[in-house]
Amino acid sequence: MNAKFRKPTEDPIWLKALLGTLAIGFIAVLLLLPLVLVFKEALAHGLSAFWAAMVEPDSLAAVRLSLTAAAIAVPLNTVFGIAAAWSIAKFDFRGKTFLVTLIDLPFSVSPVVSGLIYVLVFGAQGWFGPRLADHNIHILFALPGIVLATIFVTFPFVARELIPLMVDQGRDEEEAAATLGASGFQTFLRVTLPNIKWGLLYGVLLCNARALGEFGAVSVVSGHIRGVTNTMPLHVELLYNNYDYVGAFAVAALLAMLGLVTLALKSLLEWRYADELAAVHRH
Amino acid sequence: MSLTVDSVTKKFGRFPALNGASFIAPQGGFVSLLGPSGSGKTTLLRILGGLEFADSGSVRFADLNWLDMPARTRNAGFVFQQYALFKHMTVADNIAFGLRVRPRNTRPSKAAITSRVKELLDLVQLPGLEARYPSQLSGGQRQRVAVARALAIEPRMLLLDEPFGALDAKVRKELRADLRRIHDHTGVTTVFVTHDQEEAFAVADLVAVMKDGRIEQYGAPADVRRNPRTAFVSEFLSA
Repeated sequence: MNAKFRKPTEDPIWLKALLGTLAIGFIAVLLLLPLVLVFKEALAHGLSAFWAAMVEPDSLAAVRLSLTAAAIAVPLNTVFGIAAAWSIAKFDFRGKTFLVTLIDLPFSVSPVVSGLIYVLVFGAQGWFGPRLADHNIHILFALPGIVLATIFVTFPFVARELIPLMVDQGRDEEEAAATLGASGFQTFLRVTLPNIKWGLLYGVLLCNARALGEFGAVSVVSGHIRGVTNTMPLHVELLYNNYDYVGAFAVAALLAMLGLVTLALKSLLEWRYADELAAVHRH
Repeated sequence: MSLTVDSVTKKFGRFPALNGASFIAPQGGFVSLLGPSGSGKTTLLRILGGLEFADSGSVRFADLNWLDMPARTRNAGFVFQQYALFKHMTVADNIAFGLRVRPRNTRPSKAAITSRVKELLDLVQLPGLEARYPSQLSGGQRQRVAVARALAIEPRMLLLDEPFGALDAKVRKELRADLRRIHDHTGVTTVFVTHDQEEAFAVADLVAVMKDGRIEQYGAPADVRRNPRTAFVSEFLSA
């Protein structure tokens, strides 16, 4: 009797099998296989060749540059992201929806276009270019340009993560803190920050992953000077175009490893974060 | 030394929430703001707490120009309908919050804070729950903690925004009796917002019946009930 009735959300077994195979097959062929191949190619000529390609000075310089750019861009975008999310979630003001749209801009504009914007502003023929050149300040084809491009492209990650979370949490706890005599800074530190910490960490991780991996915008402003302004993704392309496959795949493998570490941390956080969100929603 | 609210107005966009609300309450009094939703009672309470700003009018309390002071210096304890407890803190940390954020020279010692928390938990009849988290408490218990937290700062004024609105009838009755007892014990000037006339009349010394951002009638519960001054008041009270 019971066997005849299926839950309304239960699908027949053949459909489940079909969808499952399709999804797993898709992920295996398009995502996992290339990742495995990256490591296989990197190790094609043995471990010592892989290691030699890694410690080659230009590759090391690329790793250092990528890490430096991320180390500057990520903390700045964390601060900007918190400030933006805080003002959008906790205050009412004119042009709020416009600000939210603006935050999404880097997601909708092609990174190459945003790189070109910096060329227009800081380039030799750009608005500030000649004046900056007079003072011997180099933005383009140098670290500042790479950092600026990275900041632009990775801006939305922290803010986007925090806005829905903070809107959902409302202003009640902050109002309570104010009536109890807390200053704005005390309220932020003791009430707001503990409530958003998991979401914030999650946003910072995503921001970091993208900052290390950004290609398009950085490619336009970097100038591709080997060992000086080449970030890891740019260096991979350069090595590959020079038929240095072991070198290209060795750096790519390192980049992939950084991505995998981020992914692992992200999964760990999601698991923690889900727990905590559930606790919050139990109210 | 009384609370004098004089012609307070407030607009949200084009919607007038308060149209010149005025009343005077004695120091240590217990006032209920009673009215249907949209009558401006919560807006008036939030203005008293410093969480909303009046467009015009004045409020004087204990010889202070109340509206010129920011929320954090008014020392007015506020109790919210949805509790607004700090979810990531224990009950004890919630209650101690207002004492811990004080500047060093007026902050009580650790031992003094601990004993004050214990005293307040006894007052709201939740002894021994220091280490619990808000999510481990029932609605009624949470609101008791919120009252204790508001009282911890030794407030000049206690403001309650439909504090029992989310609770069932039995718990509401217990809590309002306790609130009255706590008021009589501490003597703090209390303003209490509700849309439930039975609750307003049972707990307060003075009732202000509100409609469309104005106070329709203000007086002792018995007087208001006996002599409703406008058709609205008599209709609202008979509903």
